[in-house]
Amino acid sequence: MSAPIVKVSNLTVSFLGGPSPICAVNGVDLELEAGETYALLGESGSGKSVTLRALMRLNPEKKTRVEGSILVGGQDVMALSRTELQAFRGKTLSMVFQEPALALDPVYTLGQQIAEAVAIHEGVSQAEGRKRALELFERVRIPSPERRLDAYPHEMSGGMRQRAMIALALACKPQVLLADEPTTALDATVQIQILLLLRELQRELGLAIIFVTHDIGVAVEVADRVAVMYAGRIVETGSVRDLIRNPSHPYTIGLLRSRADGALQKGARLETIPGSPPDLANLPPGCPFAPRCRFAIDACQTTTPEPVTIRDGQIVRCLRVGELEAV
Amino acid sequence: MLVYLTKRILYTIPIVLGVSLVCFLLVHLAPGDPLVSVLPPDASEDLKQQLLVIYGFDRPYWEQFLRWVGRALQGDLGYSIASGRSVTTEVLRAVGNTLILASVATVIGFFFGLLFGFVGGYFRDSWIDKTASALAVVGVSVPHYWLGMVLVIIFSSQLNWLPPTGAGPGASSDWQPDWAHIRHLILPAVTMSVIPMGIIARTIRALVADILSQDFVQALRAKGMGELGVFLHIVKNAAPTALAVMGLQLGYLLGGSILIETVFAWPGTGFLLNAAIFQRDLPLLQGTILVLALFFVLLNLIVDLVQSLLDPRIQRS
Repeated sequence: MSAPIVKVSNLTVSFLGGPSPICAVNGVDLELEAGETYALLGESGSGKSVTLRALMRLNPEKKTRVEGSILVGGQDVMALSRTELQAFRGKTLSMVFQEPALALDPVYTLGQQIAEAVAIHEGVSQAEGRKRALELFERVRIPSPERRLDAYPHEMSGGMRQRAMIALALACKPQVLLADEPTTALDATVQIQILLLLRELQRELGLAIIFVTHDIGVAVEVADRVAVMYAGRIVETGSVRDLIRNPSHPYTIGLLRSRADGALQKGARLETIPGSPPDLANLPPGCPFAPRCRFAIDACQTTTPEPVTIRDGQIVRCLRVGELEAV
Repeated sequence: MLVYLTKRILYTIPIVLGVSLVCFLLVHLAPGDPLVSVLPPDASEDLKQQLLVIYGFDRPYWEQFLRWVGRALQGDLGYSIASGRSVTTEVLRAVGNTLILASVATVIGFFFGLLFGFVGGYFRDSWIDKTASALAVVGVSVPHYWLGMVLVIIFSSQLNWLPPTGAGPGASSDWQPDWAHIRHLILPAVTMSVIPMGIIARTIRALVADILSQDFVQALRAKGMGELGVFLHIVKNAAPTALAVMGLQLGYLLGGSILIETVFAWPGTGFLLNAAIFQRDLPLLQGTILVLALFFVLLNLIVDLVQSLLDPRIQRS
């Protein structure tokens, strides 16, 4: 195994400024090989997007406290100076946002926005940047690319905008692509197209992708490995195959059971996870999932579970993991 | 673009007609006799009738209106009842003086308004923002005629640095670009600039704060752009709205402030309007209002056109 391209250890992110700090991420470890696709799965507020933004140091610096270490392509992200950070963002690591309609500047043409990114990192002329933009538009298969370069974001459909966003993210040939729910704002049919495009680009360019989603189906579609996040922690991680066949954390089990697809008969009730996620400003002392967990015992309320490796590559944070496997 | 331009210009024709009708009606609907200021109190009924015929006030309103519009189209706004001089000449001279005052006030007001707005919005909640916001609130809230008088008390009466009234030495109403005239300009221009400064600063600050909270700003940083570049993007995003506000403010300033021009006895349109109203000088009043209204129409047209150039989301066809 070569050295991982992304290595995050014990990352914690908390937002200050409120009456008490909000602990959005509480000790996340993750490793990503070059060319690998890693999905961060979790519900709203589980800390997946915050983790992603922390990798780029995009969280507002004054109001956020970030601890732990982040290494991307051998660079210590936490130690980068202002100018180093600018050279790093978009070049080593770039990002596709959830809602392309909001993430693209409305008063610049798409061509200008891509050319600008190329100009920042490679110092080339506008014409050169435009040429690159045209190649990228062809690559992400935007029809009549020449004409679309001069289009403004509002003149394109959602799917085309997301393609343009991906083209923008790839403008400077990054090593790692961060995708923050890139298909959530799109129609189901367009979602598939974008996922296929991402997978294809990943293979062709040897990209490593960290893919944030709340949709298990999407995670299974794109990822090699999946990490399930809950209350700012990764509660279970493993290969897609292991996770689907042998979900070992009660939360993962709950998530898999609460899908509407599969053999759900008419009239049958959808299984759900009772309760709601904990208040991040006031986390319980033990396992954050314990109040909603039907397997919880007294120890779960007081002890924070440590990660346990149950098989090669599958790691679970649950006190009762051994017993549950027998269930 | 050309189609949009032509359309937009054609639209102004009904607006201008409507505006002139309103000008005419407003003045005529007001109670009182237009000739009372020129006639001696003991004038005979005969003389009164004679004058009514001379000025055309005996005609039905629609005929008076059509005649007035017809002459106005040829650049003739009639003659002032009080002074007997051509209204066109009077108004144009006043417009010239107001333009000088307004443009200086505009430059000062817009400069500080934009500066406070952009800086305050960008460094939100910092001490710079708080100072700028406080100044803006003061600018919007302080009654400007009061501010004018206070400035006169301080800089003219107490310190004796600047002249309190008039457009130039010896009550001249023809402006010259020399120091003696500039000295007369400073106090009214500063007073006048305070309002647009406050309004622009507040609007821009809110606008910039709103733009900063949008996703694309983070996306710009995510592609490695420095803060200066991000700021320039914000400026371009804010420009259409900023222009609309500035256009409106410019319109108000060009309209001349009756209060400020009266406080400083500045011989501009506001001063002229004031005089026309008090002397019940109908032709002068109508003419001045019409010219001011046309200014607004023209200014809005320009702002619209510039906006459509800057913001691609505004339909151009």
